[in-house]
Amino acid sequence: MSQNARPKLEKKIVDAGYLLKEAPRTQQFITGAQAMAEAVKRANVDMAIAYPITPQSEVMHLVGDIYAQGHIKEYYRAEEELGTMSAIAGAARAGVRMFTATSGPGLLRGLEAIASWPGHRIPAVLGVLTRVVNAPLSIQPDNIEIAYLMHCGALVLHAENQQDTFDMTLAAFAIAEKVDVYIPVAVATEGFFVTHAKGYVNTTPEDMALTPIDPTAAPVPAMDNETPPARIQRDAPVQKSNFMSYLIHAVWQQEIWDSNKRSMKYIYEYLGGPIEVQDPEADVFVVASGCAAAQAREAHRYAQEEGLSVGFIKVRSIRPFPVDEIREAVKNAKKLIVPEHNIIGWLCKEVKASIPNSGIVVEGPRVYGGMTLPVELIMAEIYNALGIEHNMKL
Amino acid sequence: MEKKRYNMRVSGLGGQGVVTTAHILGSAMDNAGKYASLVPFFGSEKRMAPVEAYVRASTDPIYEVGEVVYPDIIMIYHPQVITHGKSYTMPFYMGLKPNSLVIINTDRDVLEPEDIRVLTELKATVVQFDATELALKIAGTELATNMAMMGMLLGLIKLVSMENIEHAVKERFLGTSFVTSGGTAALDSAIEKKFKKKEKLLSKNMEVISKTFEMADSVDLNSGKLVFQLAV
Repeated sequence: MSQNARPKLEKKIVDAGYLLKEAPRTQQFITGAQAMAEAVKRANVDMAIAYPITPQSEVMHLVGDIYAQGHIKEYYRAEEELGTMSAIAGAARAGVRMFTATSGPGLLRGLEAIASWPGHRIPAVLGVLTRVVNAPLSIQPDNIEIAYLMHCGALVLHAENQQDTFDMTLAAFAIAEKVDVYIPVAVATEGFFVTHAKGYVNTTPEDMALTPIDPTAAPVPAMDNETPPARIQRDAPVQKSNFMSYLIHAVWQQEIWDSNKRSMKYIYEYLGGPIEVQDPEADVFVVASGCAAAQAREAHRYAQEEGLSVGFIKVRSIRPFPVDEIREAVKNAKKLIVPEHNIIGWLCKEVKASIPNSGIVVEGPRVYGGMTLPVELIMAEIYNALGIEHNMKL
Repeated sequence: MEKKRYNMRVSGLGGQGVVTTAHILGSAMDNAGKYASLVPFFGSEKRMAPVEAYVRASTDPIYEVGEVVYPDIIMIYHPQVITHGKSYTMPFYMGLKPNSLVIINTDRDVLEPEDIRVLTELKATVVQFDATELALKIAGTELATNMAMMGMLLGLIKLVSMENIEHAVKERFLGTSFVTSGGTAALDSAIEKKFKKKEKLLSKNMEVISKTFEMADSVDLNSGKLVFQLAV
């Protein structure tokens, strides 16, 4: 694979806390795809595997470039997404730091392997650049795929903009490899709206890289020629009686969902917590994640200018879901508006399940098929919630 | 209609410089120390196919992304956008907010009675002028139509100074930091050949813009009048 002579780069190795919170930053005006690749560049990644799909292709193309520049040790294009995700699992078991990214149909194709990553304790980082998956198919940034992803056991972070994409991707490597976590982290953001649009991103120095992975600091030892995959040998469920297979399955899955919960402290440490709250005393809150949070932030500003009692909650972490944080933040709220880029309203369901009075949650506004989410739709719901007459001719 | 934020939809036909003007508008706002974001939207790139670009311009940072569905400024670069329905949004004023501005490049009044009814109800102001004729007259090429359209817009709402515009136009035609599609790059070299010198192109563009600023002075956006038909 590595026939091409690539430069050997000298980098200053720093820990995640320094890199994310203290390292000097310079501002760049770059796309979301570039922001993700810039994070991978600084994350001391051993290997990336790609299979192209719009709108992800931009990210993995850029990751290919940084491989050529010597920032990554290995890189190849797999046969398709199931192959990609299976190969990620194989390589990660050998104790190396792995990155890949995909979009919509590619994610669903790879999901069989991805669903098995957490149980096998694969601390890989997966970029999810959302795209329509349901018919009629299109390349636009509907984000319904996150509904399928969020029950796999992996952490799922949802980036609002280019800056989030950079910070969350970098933090993802650090969090995934914590010995009390050690499960994959998906960093999702909307295709095109974020991946192909430019925004201001404060990036850390290019010659500063995250501490390399330590395959010995893992709950399951990495395998090599002398270390067999002990856990699979010991626990191999398909070779055991039904009773044993149920037991082993329960142990593995309870283990990963506990790991998922334990990651919350690192989300606080590296990303400032799973939610951002503006105007905590407000009567009405707009609760949103990803790109919808950018639209909600704008609506919050419009509402402030009009002197309305409206707060804003951005949900950064979809898994683990900040149940306690949201319940506390909205305990005095009268209405919650949850704008989303998908038809089923997966965030809305999560929010409803987190609070005792789910009747205060407004179902929407939602746009489908990757359409833009006009701030005016959120404003209309805000006026409805506050009982304000409005005629927006929408 | 002075606002903190203008959300604009620019509709035209491939080759007219719709996306280019969106970029120049963005740079002009940036030069003025203000904020802008832009979203080009087109199918396969070809001449005369519908093209739309969306620009948000503000004195404050802009968070929202995506197409502008409810604009307060609509610019129509070609009368066929309206008369032949060469557009992603029909009718052309779909989503227009009350008290808004429409600028149409046309050699004749293209508004139908139904358009007039809706636009009157919305308290809109419609400025119609032959930007293509103006471009031919002053710059000697219809490729400067987009400059006439942008000039009229900025003359009407005074978002930025003439210096900001000149700097942005310079950046676009002389600078190296700008990335366009292959088709646009080819078109640029065609323009360059026509003008022989880039500097000449720049000064002709600026002449077109100055002229539209003069024309814009005759329009009172607060007069309550629906249609301004400006002679070129």
